[in-house]
Amino acid sequence: MPSPDRELISNSHLGRAGRKHAAGRKVFLPLSLSLAFITTACAASPDEPSRVLPKFSAVVPGVALSFPRDFGAHPTFRTEWWYVTGWLETPEKKPLGFQVTFFRAATGLDTSNPSRFAPNQLIIAHAALSDPAIGKLQHDQKSARDGFGLAYTKVGNTDVRLDDWTMLREENGRYQTSINSRDFSLHLSLTPTQPPMKQGENGFSRKGPQPEQASYYYSEPHLEVAGTIVRDGKSIAISGNAWLDHEWSTAYLDPDADGWDWVGVNLDDGSALMAFQIRGKDGCKIWAYAGLRDRSGKMTLFTPQEVNFEPQRTWRSPRTGATYPVAMRIRTGTTEWLLTPLQDDQELDSRESVGAVYWEGAVTVTRDGAPAGRGYFEMTGYVKPLKL
Amino acid sequence: MTASSSRSTLGLWLLSGEWRAHRLQIAVAICAIALGVALGFAVHLINAAAFNEFSAAARSLSGQSDLQVRGVQSTFDESLYPLLAQRPEIELANPVLELDVAIPGNSGDRRNATLKILGLDIFRAAIISPDVIGIPDEDRLFDMLEDDAIFLSPAAMGWLKVKRGDTLQLRVGTQAIKLRVAGGLVRTRAGQRLGVMDIGAAQWRFQRLGQLSRIELKLVRGIDHDRFKTALARDLGERYLVTETADQEARVANMSRAYRVNLNMLALVALFTGAFLVFSTQALSIVRRRSQFALLRVIGWTRQQLLRQILLEGALLGSLGSLLGLGLGYLAAAGAIYVFGGDLGSGFFSGVKPRLHFDSLAASVFFLLGLAVTLLGSAAPAAEAAKAKPAVALKPGSEDTALSRLANPWPALTCLGLGALFAGLPPVFELPVFGYLAIALLLIGGIALMPRLSASIFSMLLSMMRRMSGTLPALALARLANAPNQAAIALGGIVSSFSLVVAMAIMVASFRVSVDDWLRHILPADLYVQTTAAGDARGLYPEEMKSIAAAPGVSRIDFFRSSQIMLDPARPAVALTARPIDLTDPASILPLTADVMEPSLLPEDAIPIWVSEAMVDLYGFKAGTRVDLPLGAPGPAPSSGRTPPAFIVAGVWRDYGRQFGAIQMRLSDYRALTGDQKVNDAALWLESGVKPEQVITWLKRLPFGEALEFSTPGEIRTLSLNIFDRSFAVTYLLEGVAIIIGLSGVAASFSAQTLARAREFGILRHIGMTRGQILGMLGMEGACLTALGIMFGSMIGWCISLILVFIVNPQSFHWTMQMSLPWRGLAAVALTLLALASLTALMSGRHAVSGKAVRAVREDW
Repeated sequence: MPSPDRELISNSHLGRAGRKHAAGRKVFLPLSLSLAFITTACAASPDEPSRVLPKFSAVVPGVALSFPRDFGAHPTFRTEWWYVTGWLETPEKKPLGFQVTFFRAATGLDTSNPSRFAPNQLIIAHAALSDPAIGKLQHDQKSARDGFGLAYTKVGNTDVRLDDWTMLREENGRYQTSINSRDFSLHLSLTPTQPPMKQGENGFSRKGPQPEQASYYYSEPHLEVAGTIVRDGKSIAISGNAWLDHEWSTAYLDPDADGWDWVGVNLDDGSALMAFQIRGKDGCKIWAYAGLRDRSGKMTLFTPQEVNFEPQRTWRSPRTGATYPVAMRIRTGTTEWLLTPLQDDQELDSRESVGAVYWEGAVTVTRDGAPAGRGYFEMTGYVKPLKL
Repeated sequence: MTASSSRSTLGLWLLSGEWRAHRLQIAVAICAIALGVALGFAVHLINAAAFNEFSAAARSLSGQSDLQVRGVQSTFDESLYPLLAQRPEIELANPVLELDVAIPGNSGDRRNATLKILGLDIFRAAIISPDVIGIPDEDRLFDMLEDDAIFLSPAAMGWLKVKRGDTLQLRVGTQAIKLRVAGGLVRTRAGQRLGVMDIGAAQWRFQRLGQLSRIELKLVRGIDHDRFKTALARDLGERYLVTETADQEARVANMSRAYRVNLNMLALVALFTGAFLVFSTQALSIVRRRSQFALLRVIGWTRQQLLRQILLEGALLGSLGSLLGLGLGYLAAAGAIYVFGGDLGSGFFSGVKPRLHFDSLAASVFFLLGLAVTLLGSAAPAAEAAKAKPAVALKPGSEDTALSRLANPWPALTCLGLGALFAGLPPVFELPVFGYLAIALLLIGGIALMPRLSASIFSMLLSMMRRMSGTLPALALARLANAPNQAAIALGGIVSSFSLVVAMAIMVASFRVSVDDWLRHILPADLYVQTTAAGDARGLYPEEMKSIAAAPGVSRIDFFRSSQIMLDPARPAVALTARPIDLTDPASILPLTADVMEPSLLPEDAIPIWVSEAMVDLYGFKAGTRVDLPLGAPGPAPSSGRTPPAFIVAGVWRDYGRQFGAIQMRLSDYRALTGDQKVNDAALWLESGVKPEQVITWLKRLPFGEALEFSTPGEIRTLSLNIFDRSFAVTYLLEGVAIIIGLSGVAASFSAQTLARAREFGILRHIGMTRGQILGMLGMEGACLTALGIMFGSMIGWCISLILVFIVNPQSFHWTMQMSLPWRGLAAVALTLLALASLTALMSGRHAVSGKAVRAVREDW
């Protein structure tokens, strides 16, 4: 489960930070702009009857996911993302974390504009590399409007492009993704070893106490990674394993929600764990979920009451001042999972360019005290609004 | 005290004594220098400030892009955008739709008629041109993409009197558009009027679907800009231009250069007349102190010391004048920028609010210029004074010989000869450098020839007079004929000032008459209908054209389609007008020059175009030449492989409206080529008895009638001539200044002479002449001199006006004109000058005859 939600939330803060930057002659924030679309009900001028505003589809239970159709985009829903995270290993056996994310956001603007530049859909992408040798994330982001074949998400199959950042699912199910960022390039192929893991009730994933607070959501755990990384003009071959989330929705979060914590773990025994909690303004749990699929494909679901996140150790970001519980204990029923970060500073701070701030990092995981696997942990909504 | 210091004390004492005694003359000389320097410096400062601001504003629009791709026409098809964006050498392509959109109700005022609006893709533009990004309201971030939102620069908000949240009314073609002012821009130049919208919204709202104005490119690091630029230009073909920001600046510079240089030349003319005044002041002052200097020589001053002393006086005069001029110039520039902005009536720099910078380099140049001119004015008299033999100089009456060197005709004749030669030379860097040199040489040579000419003419007159009665005229003429060199100085003043007056008056009159004739020729219809004043008018659709043509009382209607094409990235765009043109008689609507093809000789396989004179000078489009024009249906792909249609220049016409070139072609050809069926303007011929007002009333009732603007040829003519007169107002000022300088030359000359001639007047009184008779004699001398000066001034002025009309103007602005002489005005100025000069001579002489006659004679002996 994804991080854009986090952005949704932190966006209310972002907006403010962004404004300050704009006034101070910083580049305006196209991303926070697009995120504004995600969070805010579009305030179109009601006095113009000629406007044709899109009606977004609602997320309802009982709709079966259908593949390969649902690998593709769902433009009638407001937001959607393909979110890949994972662990890589260099030829020197050094570990690296990576994240490649593509978002689609429908703007809700007048769809009768015949211009090919009409900004009906925006594409946003984030990429990050977590290398303990560097001590913090290397990251980059991009955004554009859908159009001209330069930026798109396609219906029917995972085929997403934002200039020269691409993600494509081949016939055989293998994903090819290519990122050319400021500090690094990634060219990865991700091969599934297991069928998609439908989260929640067969892909209907609730995010809050209200039934409409939900998304369609499946994951592809245990992806085998092979490819190259180019840094400082040097290309190195890498291998590893990754986790893909694909999620789409229209109304997502509870109005009281302030952020969330999410983890996806590829367990060494071939099983997969996904857990999240939605936090309220005071840090309390508004909603939670955990799903554990064993090697044979048997899914165990936990109720919100059975899932508990307990901070073990915090780290304070020197850049944003936010304090993140970088080591977290998660209880699912009677099982206790302990997350330990690859490095503490895995904060993605892009306020200078696009405005989003969240923590997205590689973690090792123990199950009831024994090493169990590796995954990615995400924390959003920890940056407090600036008090002026 | 050492000898040298005592000498310098003596020098100072001499100087202060001389200056104290002739405060007025010194002040006038200083003022003249100051005026010339001030004018030049002010013009330079204003133009530099305006030019810098204009370039900076233009630069801020294209942001940090490495290259820009634009079409030869004002827009091109957007399908080029993805092609460019995907080239591996290009890191970022930023598509831009730039429009000048009409402000309803402002069309009468050319400079306030349109608002520049950029349609931008925020996701691309934020990286390449972060300054021109809108700042939305905090809780309405998506206004950045909304199709009804526009962001305005502070200057635009102030000018349009709107603020955030207000509604802005705009017009495209016949359609009104309402936009919501959603906020300001990150950073724009002071005075820069700019609106920014989402590019998709702009394409839709302004009916520019599928069109872009330019694509700004940021290249991948390490790509060789020049090589890539060449390669890209080759790939894109002739319908597109690949430019750098430097090209843009060159275009701005080219646009205004002729205008800037000509203004500076006017300032130099003022400086030149100032220099003449210094010369006359210094020469007479030296003549007056001739015996003083001789005495100094006798008591041990060397020639060099004397020379140095006189040059020092000149330098001091020049420095004072130049410093004063710099101060005045800076103040004048500041005042002019405050009142008019940077636009000195040319329209080149409208819409910018430049900041004035004290340019120390320019200040030094103008200071040195003022100083050099003064030293030049002092050099000849100083050399003469230093050369004089003390014994001879001590004797009274030797003043005239002091200036006799000026009577040598050869330098003057050389100047005139060179001037004639230079007049025939071609322009340098598209500037009439030799034309201006020829004018200067003509003026110098003419003035230098004065003493000799005046002596022979007055001698001739004297011998004729002898046969007639009248002592006074004989006395006056005798004086003028026998002391020609002193008279020459006053004469020189009159000649130089009057010749400048004549030259400028003839030039302006010729221009005005030509423009008036031209306006008559190009406005043959009874009523003109326009959709919008300038720029990116959508124009009228065919059904709207039909409605207009259906107006009762209209006997004929011609529709016009005007647009712009850019043939050279370093030059301003060329105006293209398509209209019905009769192949057999193009002269009926075009003011053709003699450079025209015989209609029967027009080839079948080429499309005829008629070009303005500027096209000949700038692009070599002579009549009869086959040329390529990048016109055609807006095809998507660059280098589509189609052979472009051939064009032939069927004729050259005169255009005083656009100095950067204009092309006219037949509307049918244009439509066949481009598929563009719309028009901007219409010319209506009315049936006899039908008044324009009736037709206007009828047309205003059409559904789109509110968007139409009407003008009669009379109104257009009046408006155009008003603009013309305003832009030449500065020359009238200069004419006035020249006359004042000429008169003060007369005053200086006569008051010095009458002082020197006190003995002569004393003797005349002794032999029985009355005071009144002496004054009459002086007035007559003044009148004779002035009359001669006016005569020569007219001749020289006429020659200069020939150069201005037939050389300087065509070379600077690429248009020719017919010569016409403003006889009546010139005669009036001449008579006024004659009366004023006689009066001045009289007034200057009054002082000399005020004393007792006996004392005047005694004093000297």
